[in-house]
Amino acid sequence: MSETHSHSASYVRREMLPQQDPPALQTGAVKWLRENLFSGWLNTILTILSIFVVYWVLAHILPWMLGGIWTADSLTECREIRDQLYGEGGREVACWAVLVDRWHQLLFGFYPDDSYWRPILSLIVFGAAVAPVLYESVSRKLLLLTPLAPFIIFWLLWGGTIWGPLAVLAGFVLGWAVFRFGEPVIGSLGATLAAILVPILYWLFAAGPIASGLSSALPIGIESVPSDDFGGFMLALVIGIAGIVLSLPLGIVLALGRQSDLFIVNKFSVIFIEVIRGVPLIVWLFTASLLLNYFLPPGTNFDLMLRVIIMVTLFSSAYIAEVVRGGLAALPRGQYEGADSLGLDYWQSMRLVILPQALKISIPGIVSTFIGLFKDTTLVVFIGLLDPIGFSNSIRASTDWNGVYWELFIFIGLCFFICCFSMSRYSQFLERKLRTDHR
Amino acid sequence: MKKSVFYGTLVAAGLAGGAALAQSATLSEVQSRGHLNCGVTTGLVGFAAPNASGEWEGFDVGVCRAVAAAVFGDATAVEFVPTTGQTRFTALASGEVDMLARNTTWTFSRDVDLAFEFVGINYYDGQGFMVPRALGVSSAMELDGATVCIQTGTTTELNLADFFASNNMSYEPVPIETNAEAQQQFLAGACDVYTTDASGLAATRATFEDPSAYVVLPEIISKEPLGPLVRHGDNEWGDIVRWTLNVLIAAEELGITSANVMELAQGTDNPEINRMLGTEGEYGPMLGLSQDWAVNVIAAVGNYGELFEQNIGEATPIGLSRGLNAQWTDGGLLYSPPFR
Repeated sequence: MSETHSHSASYVRREMLPQQDPPALQTGAVKWLRENLFSGWLNTILTILSIFVVYWVLAHILPWMLGGIWTADSLTECREIRDQLYGEGGREVACWAVLVDRWHQLLFGFYPDDSYWRPILSLIVFGAAVAPVLYESVSRKLLLLTPLAPFIIFWLLWGGTIWGPLAVLAGFVLGWAVFRFGEPVIGSLGATLAAILVPILYWLFAAGPIASGLSSALPIGIESVPSDDFGGFMLALVIGIAGIVLSLPLGIVLALGRQSDLFIVNKFSVIFIEVIRGVPLIVWLFTASLLLNYFLPPGTNFDLMLRVIIMVTLFSSAYIAEVVRGGLAALPRGQYEGADSLGLDYWQSMRLVILPQALKISIPGIVSTFIGLFKDTTLVVFIGLLDPIGFSNSIRASTDWNGVYWELFIFIGLCFFICCFSMSRYSQFLERKLRTDHR
Repeated sequence: MKKSVFYGTLVAAGLAGGAALAQSATLSEVQSRGHLNCGVTTGLVGFAAPNASGEWEGFDVGVCRAVAAAVFGDATAVEFVPTTGQTRFTALASGEVDMLARNTTWTFSRDVDLAFEFVGINYYDGQGFMVPRALGVSSAMELDGATVCIQTGTTTELNLADFFASNNMSYEPVPIETNAEAQQQFLAGACDVYTTDASGLAATRATFEDPSAYVVLPEIISKEPLGPLVRHGDNEWGDIVRWTLNVLIAAEELGITSANVMELAQGTDNPEINRMLGTEGEYGPMLGLSQDWAVNVIAAVGNYGELFEQNIGEATPIGLSRGLNAQWTDGGLLYSPPFR
């Protein structure tokens, strides 16, 4: 029996074989390559072609960029150094020395160089002020900074006496106080109107004298920097950030206005949006810089940069309004009816039910409007403001650097890319965080 | 003693009265503001550009500084306002700037229709052509059928059309926006010919790797007298700018330089120098300026020749020769009316 068994059992494996690696072609990088790049003869050809194109581009650009010359005083000197290094008529290399010489102008314009800490600090304050709005994980205490940040940043950038921004800030406090203590006496509507009117009157007539009186009594301030000295990437950031921060609330209000049943509010919003959106931004900028000069009484010095910020804000708020309206229209009718059935009034239903959903839908659109707005700030070059592009022209106009071309544009492009790409990443983060559907 | 104080007061009062009569609205505005607002280009090689420390430099900038020196005795009391081709005239008309020194061509319509006053000419320019030497062209008359890089929206575009039409030739325009772009296109061979003002051609050619591979053709097809301008309606202010420019030109003719002006201001044998530099007559106060206004101008920026050599002359990379911009005594067109 045992023999027959042993006979029959000779075909049975008694111990497991050691595990073997999968075939080389079915694992790791090779498998990935085979599946993704070389899965058929057509794809193989395309892959090889693509690799060749990428190689060809890099082979031309990388030596030019990496071999670049960083220390020279002029383009001529750059060329001399290059000829020494690589021989006469050798390779073309970048002349990064122009950036070493002029980076501060591309970034800060004519801003006094002993005050560069001020725009940098402003940027940090801005970051700290928006962090609690953008990220839930940041301490809520920073929210206290957020409403104060515009005044701090204004004071840091433009300098001068500290009482000016404080006097303006007092106007907002005044408006709040009027509303808070007026509401029980004259009712909600009256208090709202008073809270708008009183600060405006205060700003028009009282704020100026109070600020100048206080500053002569107690002169606290830093060196004042006029708007003319703003330039370079800092100008783009100031216009861009001011435009972005101001246009979002304005755009939401316009979107709600366009959905409104109130005749005048509705028509006003529609006309505003269509007129602003129907005309190119460059025309609005020319209006701001040229036409207004004729309309304003001679001698009024209405800051050009402020005019540009206002125009850019109005322009992008019209776009934001349409993006948000898209979000509002995408919500099912039931959401509006549900909010009504809970007994919420208009503002409550908007704030608690409608807008959170509508804005979530609109995030990609809003962020691409912002990115567009930020890049459109380069258009101010046409009205003589020296943004990075404007400065690239001025730098080329010096005898030292006339003839430099790509180096400046690469630097400017890199700065813009960093800003726009981080905005885009943030919007993707926000979309992931707010996703409520179940997958 | 008492008497001399009395006379002194009288003279001072008389001077003040005389000055007040000639005082212009723009001048008093500039003086109360404490600096001059001068419109310049956003950047043109040799004529106006900020340097690495943010100070404006150039030939046109020199004119602004000269006016500031005349008014304040301080060539740094200028706020430079960069203007583009589109914004320059509005900036001047609306009072945003007190004067423009922005290589602007003096034309009939700008002078009359736009209501500006060109106070003189600080650079005689003209439109020329540049071609690669390899093209083998030696005259603009051989350019039939050429592709031409041309900045859009400028007088050069119209001049070009006129030139080719009047010579029965055809051309193909390659429109470009800025001079820098033109350089790239021209070097890349996108066009056979690049045309702009001769000074611009020289500046552009100087930046090329191998300038000798390109030639500027001898023909100049237009007159481009460039000069500073002010608004109509304030002739006293116009006089100040005009005679500041004339001081620069006359100083070169009379041999006054920034080096010797202080010495000559002590008084010389030449009555015209004395009148100009204020040791004779009351020429400064007639303009509403100080007696030593011209001394300040020359001490601050030098005479016309010095300004030229410093910014665009043959010693600079741009290397322009004086040509039409030489003194009339040297066969050029610079000719200042006398200080009398």
